[in-house]
Amino acid sequence: MAGSETPRPETSVGRRTVPLSATVEDARRLFGSDWATVVARAFRWMVFARSFDARMQGLQRQGRIGFYGAATGQEAVNVAVGLLSRPEDWIAPGLREQLVALVRGHPVSSYVDHLFANARDPALGRNMPCHPTARDVHYLSMSSVIGTQITHAVGLGYALRLRRDPGVVFAFFGDGATSANDFHAGLNFAGVWGVPVVFCLTNNQWAISQPVERQSATATLAEKAAAYGIAGRRVDGTDFFAVAEALRAAIGLAREQKLPSLLEFVVYRMTPHSTSDDPTRYQPPEFLAAAAAHDPLERLGDWMRANGLAKAAEVETVRADCDSEIRRAIESAEAVPPPDPESLFRDVRSPLPKERSRSQEVS
Amino acid sequence: MVAGSHPKDIWATATRADGMTSARVRPATVERGARAPAGVPDARRVEAYRWMVLARLVDERCLTLQRQGRIGFYVPLEGQEAAQIGCALALEAADWIFPAYRELGLALVRGVPLETLFDQFIGNSGDVLKGRQMPNHYGYRDRNFVVASSPVGTQITQAVGAGLAARRRGDAIATIAFFGDGTTSSNDFHAGLNFAGVFRAPTIFFCQNNQWAISLPRAQQTHSATLAEKARAYGFEGVVVDGMAIDEVYRAVRQARERAVAGDGPTLIEAQVYRFGPHSTSDDPKRYRPAGELEKWKQHDPVAGFRDELIREGRLTVQDDEKLWEAARAEVASAWKTAESKPPVDPLSFLDDVFAQPTRELEDDRRRLAALLAQREGKP
Amino acid sequence: MTELTLVQAVNRGLFEAMRQDPDVLLLGEDIGLNGGVFRATEGLQKEFGAERVIDTPLSECGIVGTAIGMALYGLKPIAEIQFMDFIYPAFDQIVSELAKFRYRSGGQYPCHVVIRTPYGGGIRGGLYHSQSTEAFFCHTAGLKVVVPSTPADAKGLLLTAVHDEDPVIFLEPKRIYRSVSGEVPEGDHRVPFGVARTAREGSDVSILAWGAMVPTSLEAAAKLADEGISAEVIDLRTLVPLDEAAVLASVEKTGRAVIVHEAARNAGFGAELAARIAEKALYSLRAPIARVTGYDTPFPYALEHLYLPTPERIESAAREAVRAG
Ligand SMILES: Cc1ncc(C[n+]2csc(CCOP(=O)(O)OP(=O)(O)O)c2C)c(N)n1
Ligand SMILES: Cc1ncc(C[n+]2csc(CCOP(=O)(O)OP(=O)(O)O)c2C)c(N)n1
Ligand SMILES: [Mg+2]
Repeated sequence: MAGSETPRPETSVGRRTVPLSATVEDARRLFGSDWATVVARAFRWMVFARSFDARMQGLQRQGRIGFYGAATGQEAVNVAVGLLSRPEDWIAPGLREQLVALVRGHPVSSYVDHLFANARDPALGRNMPCHPTARDVHYLSMSSVIGTQITHAVGLGYALRLRRDPGVVFAFFGDGATSANDFHAGLNFAGVWGVPVVFCLTNNQWAISQPVERQSATATLAEKAAAYGIAGRRVDGTDFFAVAEALRAAIGLAREQKLPSLLEFVVYRMTPHSTSDDPTRYQPPEFLAAAAAHDPLERLGDWMRANGLAKAAEVETVRADCDSEIRRAIESAEAVPPPDPESLFRDVRSPLPKERSRSQEVS
Repeated sequence: MVAGSHPKDIWATATRADGMTSARVRPATVERGARAPAGVPDARRVEAYRWMVLARLVDERCLTLQRQGRIGFYVPLEGQEAAQIGCALALEAADWIFPAYRELGLALVRGVPLETLFDQFIGNSGDVLKGRQMPNHYGYRDRNFVVASSPVGTQITQAVGAGLAARRRGDAIATIAFFGDGTTSSNDFHAGLNFAGVFRAPTIFFCQNNQWAISLPRAQQTHSATLAEKARAYGFEGVVVDGMAIDEVYRAVRQARERAVAGDGPTLIEAQVYRFGPHSTSDDPKRYRPAGELEKWKQHDPVAGFRDELIREGRLTVQDDEKLWEAARAEVASAWKTAESKPPVDPLSFLDDVFAQPTRELEDDRRRLAALLAQREGKP
Repeated sequence: MTELTLVQAVNRGLFEAMRQDPDVLLLGEDIGLNGGVFRATEGLQKEFGAERVIDTPLSECGIVGTAIGMALYGLKPIAEIQFMDFIYPAFDQIVSELAKFRYRSGGQYPCHVVIRTPYGGGIRGGLYHSQSTEAFFCHTAGLKVVVPSTPADAKGLLLTAVHDEDPVIFLEPKRIYRSVSGEVPEGDHRVPFGVARTAREGSDVSILAWGAMVPTSLEAAAKLADEGISAEVIDLRTLVPLDEAAVLASVEKTGRAVIVHEAARNAGFGAELAARIAEKALYSLRAPIARVTGYDTPFPYALEHLYLPTPERIESAAREAVRAG
């Protein structure tokens, strides 16, 4: 794989953000002659996500939605996967990858319907918010159970290979999930079988209150790949270009050679774990300062301003556009009634079981 | 990422995994040379050999007994004697053993009498475990030998917990978990080694890589170059040892034990051995073992190899050896004879030990079952 | 028709399913080259190749988790868990994922995996090669739970399971893998879910059983007949979906119910049956409902013959019921 340089951000002393090291040439190499459009799109999605997170956390505080898990600080990874994946690819998400579905074309309004658990939610309001299902963009349904999607991704990858289909599976999970059973089983099976899966480990340095140092005694999480005989690489997950570069390599390995790899994207969780969490109980204040210096949105914005894309990087203009889209989706979703009570009984299994019809007759 | 360092230092250690790591790193091998502990000490070498012979003879006998229907099942260890006896001798009696089902060698060295083991294989009235488990699934609290179960791997996390408990109590002991190559794929391997790394448990992970998990060869178990290198994924060292060479095993375990007791954390030892026999008496290796493989490994027979070494060292003569085998054979025969003559286990005993105190329902069951048995025997 | 043992019938069912549909594949421990530790998958890898009959690493979590991924993509994986006692490393995947995928996705991601596993005692397997824990799975909405007791049903229910659209826990009574044999139809033989089988007709007492307890109950019924007690034996075949109508009809006819299962009594599936009978056929009962079950202890090795329900215990329960009224 290319790019064997260790990502090593400078300290943030005296600067607002750590500058991205990519050159315009790098951007062109990564995204072709159209690089400026791609970067502008990425930036727009990051702004969108930032606004969306803020807005939804507000709605939760007002009691209008039940729960929200933000992905603030992790946008570069989600946007890059969204942009670099193809329609035939698959996403096995964890808790914080809804943006990938949106970038891949799932309607924002549909996701907002899900957050409101209304009758239009494709999954009929059955899950907690932030657990959408988006089959239209090959986005699997996730449970809240940490790690279980990892083995699903491997099985899916096996199925793709068996059918000689071209897709790649992106399996997302956090640093905490590296301790889960399915991480071990999933990566082991992937190594033995050889499957087109990119394991996207978003190391946001926290599993609720547990810092990553207490999750594993290793220096990095990427090095766990060697235990399964697969490639692994640690990447600065707040550097949009570094993420794209690593993804290109991993996707190439998966698409051409049907081989798995583990990418550890180091990011900073800039918000509480979820709306139910209070990080002041466990997080040292310096963490947020370090996080600010690695804000993926600011870093990309700074880069764009320095490289002739100042207009596309005008946050206020972009945000106004995003905000109105979000507002429309919220207004529309809030007007939709909750799911039909009868829907409680649908989809438990395919044909309604006999015993149910009989017990309904009797009672 | 060592406990205590601050998250903002996350880049400080990033150099270890620069770029895509090469997936094939050779783990450390056992230290040799002056500083390394020696092999099995002089005074215990013949004893070590005697244990190996005894283990081999128990295997031979039990395979026959199972075919004759006199015991229900058996798991042989043939081929793994040096690994087990070498390991057992390197441990201290206070160290806690968390065995799988194949660890006869450890039980012998720990001083579990042959007769006690045979009682368990039969499940008779002499069985400490009251006939509840299949043969080979035993445990003896007084020997710090925890009871085995069949689901693979579960003992690994337990060994870590016991190690942490011992440390908390201030006991300078190690705990050791035994498992096979196949078990490295289990949930508990992952959780156990990860916890051991994070909490620096005084635990030794002793993996007998006998090249097979029933019919699955080692190469299809995992894509890593060795099993030992998996320790790296948990932040500690793994070593590969030739498990057919008792001294090498002894040295590795001794070192790992010293590290554990000194508070320097866990070690994974991969002892490379070969299972000469079937997985168990329910298995037929002819279905999956490639031709010639067994013969190749048999050239490294650990028992014959060690005998030759002892003869070369002048500690054993051919005549001694013959006598030793004869005596061991007699010991096995006599222990079996005593065990087989014991009455069966108390039929109501399977209702005991579900809880510390029986529930009312269990007491009712006991009364009813007693009545049924009495009725069967024609008593009122 | 061919005369086959139960395990041979499972094997034929697998051959048939794999021939019918290239999307069917098998994965599990020791199922390929070794043909399964009970030889249920004998010959399949040779016929269909190692890509469709996969020997996996030793991880039930991995087996079921990856099978789910395959099913999400549209394949029809049949996972083998070597013994039901070893299903627990995959319990999370079964209960949290497999059972809930369809529901939690609003029907977008049906997840059709068949999990075959030998279960039950009577082979001197001790604590960990003997258990019957069907109740865990019956208690989990979204799983179908199937237990054949004859070779014909083993093949017929297996093929129905493979062509079903839902996850199926397919429990194979290993004690009677070889001790029971019978005529098995050739080809695409299917037995529908939710239709119980009257294994023996009778008028005095209904014995409700499944799996290996069916032949044991039939043995008891034959002995009871000698005493002039006419016992009806109902083989439930599928616990979920349950043929409640057949259970109620039999109990309404005989007025007496004896429920037999190997599993421990406390909160076993027998409790569900007893509740349904009490809810819907109480006034037909002439005697209290009786349960003949395993004990509320772990499964013992040396004394398994005392743990397992015997014809003797079933007869005694039936006699008592008849005596009661
Ligand atoms: C099996 C399981 N255990 C515990 C939880 C509760 N829980 C939810 S999120 C979380 C932390 C996850 O951390 P990580 O994998 O790093 O992902 P992150 O939330 O940081 O994105 C925990 C413990 C759970 N959902 N599932
Ligand atoms: C959780 C679980 N799954 C499956 C089994 C069935 N089984 C018993 S031993 C074994 C192979 C174990 O191989 P390995 O760990 O290499 O140990 P070995 O028997 O070779 O000493 C298997 C699959 C089991 N006991 N436990
Ligand atoms: Mg092995």
